Amino acid sequence: MIELKNINKSFNGRHITQNVSCTFERGQTSLIIGESGSGKTVLLKCIVGLTEPDTGEVLFDGKDALKMNAKEKQNLRKEIGMLFQGGALFDSKTVEENITFPLAMFTEMSEKEQKERAQFCLSRVNLKDAGNLYPSELSGGMKKRVAIARAIAPNPKYLFCDEPNSGLDPKTSILIDKLIKEITDEFQMTTIVITHDMNSVMEIGEKVVFICNNQKWWEGTNKTILNTDNKELNDFIYVSKFLKELKDKNKS
Amino acid sequence: MFNRFFFHIGRYFSMLQRVLTVPGKWSVFKKELFHEIDSLGLTSLPIVAIISLFMGAVITIQAAFGFTSAWVPLYAVGYTTRDSVILEFSPTIISLILAGKVGSNIASEIGTMRITEQIDALEIMGVNSRSFLILPKIVACMFINPFLILISMFLGIAGGWLLGTFAGVVSTYQYVYGIQYQFNSFNITYALIKTVVFAFIIASVSAYHGYYTEGGALEVGRSSTKAVVYCSILILVFNFILTQLLLS
Ligand SMILES: Nc1ncnc2c1ncn2[C@@H]1O[C@H](COP(=O)(O)OP(=O)(O)OP(=O)(O)O)[C@@H](O)[C@H]1O
Ligand SMILES: [Mg+2]
Repeated sequence: MIELKNINKSFNGRHITQNVSCTFERGQTSLIIGESGSGKTVLLKCIVGLTEPDTGEVLFDGKDALKMNAKEKQNLRKEIGMLFQGGALFDSKTVEENITFPLAMFTEMSEKEQKERAQFCLSRVNLKDAGNLYPSELSGGMKKRVAIARAIAPNPKYLFCDEPNSGLDPKTSILIDKLIKEITDEFQMTTIVITHDMNSVMEIGEKVVFICNNQKWWEGTNKTILNTDNKELNDFIYVSKFLKELKDKNKS
Repeated sequence: MFNRFFFHIGRYFSMLQRVLTVPGKWSVFKKELFHEIDSLGLTSLPIVAIISLFMGAVITIQAAFGFTSAWVPLYAVGYTTRDSVILEFSPTIISLILAGKVGSNIASEIGTMRITEQIDALEIMGVNSRSFLILPKIVACMFINPFLILISMFLGIAGGWLLGTFAGVVSTYQYVYGIQYQFNSFNITYALIKTVVFAFIIASVSAYHGYYTEGGALEVGRSSTKAVVYCSILILVFNFILTQLLLS
């Protein structure tokens, strides 16, 4: 379980995140949605500790990550899997080496076991044959999928995904969403996913947090989100005329 | 101005403090180390060889034209070439060349990893990114540069002989007598001590500039330029200090 308490973050006097408090349960996929530039990535980076919030607390199963010493922080991070918005694959390593890297670094697995694990993770993201390619030889969507495979390879306790399905076709996109939900259930992880894809929201949004005007504007589930009265959220969901008409039809 | 100076000094040493730790996994460290020895050391061999040959030749020819007085024995040409190559040219000039090649390479590699969030990815996995990225580069440079410099010394002196005799400014007998005349083996020790210190400067200072890159591709370019400039200045300053300490 991850709890946020009054997270504030500003850059050069510009407030990006204001007073965000929130709880993310274990065994649940929680989604953070919001417009581009609304501060979703900044919030996620505050949670994982890549940027330090100006004020606030980030509790990982009750322990404040901001007050940890270097050793405790390092141990916590070994339990974190993260997918960066840009993938952040290691350019000088092949796809397979990218995935085996955290395993080689922190587990006692033999080289053969590492390779098997990498193959398994690659097959989960439909990339069985890409093991020997370098990141520069991959398409944008393939990079994303490799990055997901790398994030889940060490079976993390906490999984963070920054837009796992941007740049993917709808079919692969749903596949990735299902994969994230499946492993979250299976290994009882605490998973936070940033997205602006409404398909993902409907598919896996057991909890949805809407960020707007630098704040937590709305919180609910994929069941409650369609019938909300919140104006900003409705503007966010029902952007197209087609969807608006669909909603009005539903109401009447 | 002074504030900036002390800020960089402080950050550099606090970086070093995190770099100089025992690697978490020796098998991983060894793999990275061999990779760096190959990519930072062995690939520099051609340029070091070419420059050494020609510089040795030019020193020989210049010495031969300078020593026209009857008071100067003919073997002085070989003697001069030997001492300039061993004392100054190979350890210092080649290190400056390496600062340009290896330094910009390190700074841009680490800088690119910074702006594409690869360093963040390492940190999130719980890896000490400074130690993981920088320590193998420092160790590789300090290990391989002395060999490069020894090769450079040999080729410099050989180049002097080859092109000197070819140009007809010195005979083989005089040259070989000259390079053996009053040979002081401490000079080689002095040169290698300098080389190792310069290697540390090249690897750590360029890694510093790469690691703290902020922004985009443009800044990576800037970091790599800065790395070369600061490495070169520091090499010259430490050349002066070490020469004072070791030779006087
Ligand atoms: N390091 C930084 N320095 C200054 N400003 C920053 C920094 N990082 C982010 N910002 C600002 O914070 C705001 C939010 O950025 P963020 O990356 O969190 O957006 P986002 O919600 O993830 O958008 P997207 O969906 O497009 O990824 C932006 O206006 C950006 O300019
Ligand atoms: Mg973002």
